[in-house]
Amino acid sequence: MSLVRTTDLTVAFDGLRAVDGLSFTLAEGAALALVGESGSGKSTVASALLGLHRGTGARVGGSVEVAGVDVQRASEDELRRLRGARAAMVFQDPLSSLDPYYAIGDQIAEVYRVHTRASRRTARARAVEVLDRVGIADAGRRSRARPHEFSGGMRQRALIAMALACEPALLIADEPTTALDVTVQAQILDLLHTLREETGMGLLLVTHDVGVAAESADEVLVMRHGRVVEHGPVAEVLGNPAASYTRELLGAVPRLDTPRAAADRKVVAGAAADGGAADGGAADGVVLEAVGLRREFGRGKRTFAAVDDVSLTVRRGETLGIVGESGSGKTTLGRMLVGLLEPTAGRILPGGGVRPDVQMVFQDPVSSLNPRRSVGESIADPLRARARGRAAAPPGSGPAPGREPVRDEAGIRGRVRELLERVGLEGAHYDRYPHEFSGGQRQRVGIARALAADPRVIVCDEPVSALDVTTQAQVVALLDELRRELGLALVFVAHDLAVVRQVSDRVAVMRRGRIVEYGPADEVYGSPRDPYTKQLLAAVPALDPAVAAARRATRRTARRHLAEV
Amino acid sequence: MNGFVGFVLRRAVGTLVTLAAISVIVYVVFYVTPGNVAQITCGPRCSPAQVQQVADQLHLADPLYERYWHFLQGLVAGQDYSTGTAVQHCPAPCLGLSYQSDQQVTELILTKLPVSLSLVLGAMVMWLILGVGTGVLSAWRRGRLTERVLTGITLVGVATPVFVIGLVLMIVVCGELELLPFPQYVKFTDDPEQWAWNLLLPWLSLALIEAAAFARLTRASMLETLAEDHIRTFRAYGVGERSVIGRHALRGAFAPVIALNANNVGSAVGGAVLTETLFGLPGIGRELVHAVDVVDLPVVVGMVLVIGFFVVIANAVADVLYAVADRRVVLA
Repeated sequence: MSLVRTTDLTVAFDGLRAVDGLSFTLAEGAALALVGESGSGKSTVASALLGLHRGTGARVGGSVEVAGVDVQRASEDELRRLRGARAAMVFQDPLSSLDPYYAIGDQIAEVYRVHTRASRRTARARAVEVLDRVGIADAGRRSRARPHEFSGGMRQRALIAMALACEPALLIADEPTTALDVTVQAQILDLLHTLREETGMGLLLVTHDVGVAAESADEVLVMRHGRVVEHGPVAEVLGNPAASYTRELLGAVPRLDTPRAAADRKVVAGAAADGGAADGGAADGVVLEAVGLRREFGRGKRTFAAVDDVSLTVRRGETLGIVGESGSGKTTLGRMLVGLLEPTAGRILPGGGVRPDVQMVFQDPVSSLNPRRSVGESIADPLRARARGRAAAPPGSGPAPGREPVRDEAGIRGRVRELLERVGLEGAHYDRYPHEFSGGQRQRVGIARALAADPRVIVCDEPVSALDVTTQAQVVALLDELRRELGLALVFVAHDLAVVRQVSDRVAVMRRGRIVEYGPADEVYGSPRDPYTKQLLAAVPALDPAVAAARRATRRTARRHLAEV
Repeated sequence: MNGFVGFVLRRAVGTLVTLAAISVIVYVVFYVTPGNVAQITCGPRCSPAQVQQVADQLHLADPLYERYWHFLQGLVAGQDYSTGTAVQHCPAPCLGLSYQSDQQVTELILTKLPVSLSLVLGAMVMWLILGVGTGVLSAWRRGRLTERVLTGITLVGVATPVFVIGLVLMIVVCGELELLPFPQYVKFTDDPEQWAWNLLLPWLSLALIEAAAFARLTRASMLETLAEDHIRTFRAYGVGERSVIGRHALRGAFAPVIALNANNVGSAVGGAVLTETLFGLPGIGRELVHAVDVVDLPVVVGMVLVIGFFVVIANAVADVLYAVADRRVVLA
């Protein structure tokens, strides 16, 4: 008997079909990954398996059978007995998925008591047992902690512990590692793998990350627009994809092992004649230099340095990648380079004594644009500010890199249209508002706004982390094109090692506010010297399941080794 | 616990500064207010000589800072007052003598305060039960008839003045049905049972007005919490709706309810004038309105300070409750 069987599953919200005729089965103890980009309907499928669409106004058609329960026809009570007991779900964001007001152990115990007739005391003991099982050290004491006292990885472990409490036959994991750092992601994926080996439960993994699927599943089902694109064993689908969409998706995934072509690197001859040496840039092309940067937060005993003694140089027409996990100080560093934060110590020097003209592209294209202003107005802001600034300054006060500022309204509008076209949008988009654009388009608007001030350096803080892989690839390509054609220098701040590799000439690896490794991208990735860099690289999911298994084994021995020492 | 001691100390200092500022402001406001205070105090039939005598007695001609300094001295060390015929000693936390009755303000407050506190604290219990209960019900029964009826009732509650509700209650309950006697204040220490029976209607009419705001706030915060991810988690784990609502969603409404409650309790101590007047309760609010009418500066300052004190204390208590309800909050 199969653990999950869906036949012609459709889910429609207000007439919009999120899932459209999906059929698949999952055998007991097997692992299936639903892979797709945002809007593909993959999470909707996961919710439908537990009947979570009931009472939400969504229309569910077809049949869903999970662990012997017909989810479509089951009564509320039958559904409740299925949820958590026979099929348990692990959600994406481990912080918001736990109640902030109650102790973690109590929350797990509550779920356990719903499904068993256990006493409070027994349920509490069970909670500690499963917390210990998922690798929470000192589980008895930590079970009394509240979610905010746990780190992201620990919270995800706690959610998995909650799922394990009633020994379900099926674990549904909806993007379980998306909010986590790459090293923590590897630990969670390894944990899921071990648990599956030991308990024999089936796994339905929902993910946008092909690498995560390759690491954890036996079978892959690629979804697009609510339909199946391709379904088969993971090695086959990822190794030899039949559908063109799968090939496109795989092609867009940035890889750790492909260095970028050297021919592409060159700045187009004569590009940005107004940049570089022409207006006094240093002979070696250095446009921005940071020396001994340090930034502290907090006061008194609670002072800590988010960035500590960081020195680096940015050259014309070059991309410097800054990679690190959360809390490594990479965003703080980026903000100091732009001038949004004052360094506590150290200096930022413009190359060749010229004002550096640094602009920024932000991570979240949704919240970094004012929703109440048209995109054209947003892009025009820096132009107007510049015009005012120049008008106020006495003539001849300092060199003026870049073009002469436009002052009249028609000129500004024209320049904005030019910029919109430059980033692959249409000039006619001037009067549209951010909500009318997709995520990728909004990020293009963000780039146009950064370009408006004629910068020589653009700092991009996680510019593509909120985007789907195919969109991600397009935005990365745009940035690279701008770098080549305008002779811009890019500082690319990101947590994604593969993306950084794809775009960078040189890379700085950050950890706890310091640069632990700094050098040409090929060297850092090809033969890393620092143990932390090695650890990071080993944690990136491999697209090849065989490689993934080998890596997992290595990580396991390494961990055992550490435990013995 | 160290953090708690620090919190209390900081709040105590903050309270003193706030009260000092309030007293200065009241002094200045009364100083610049036009009108012949001596004439008002003495009465319309006083001769100019008598008015002059009153003005001398009350030191009305002294400069502002001297009068304020005098007030501070009385507060810290006590004061002797000559009332023309005899000398009255006013012991240490002396807020002065009433211009009107020569009664010591401290004593006056001590007789009025229990009335106001009885009214407000009793009403608070009622408005919390009524308001939060209604809010929970309407969040739970969202979109159904129950919710629409409750929303309608709370809207009426918000829109109806207290004297209408109170008057209707009094006419129906005491007049027509004769279930209760017409309210009359009885001291708690004299007869607790009569105290409660007599305050029942004032409590209810004050609570009905306030409860409406609590119902709306509770409903809104619960609906907000119900849309959060952790609620989805518990539903996905088969936890029953009663537990999801009563345990997890209600908890999210605690913080805003605590904040609103602190505000309302604090301001109702001196602000329940209408209720006090309607039911003939000799509380702070009524006395304050009267004192303002006759420009009885010492009484006004004293009352305003007491009200200010309760507002500050209510908010400090709310901050402590916040931290107890939500461990992420750090007292500072």
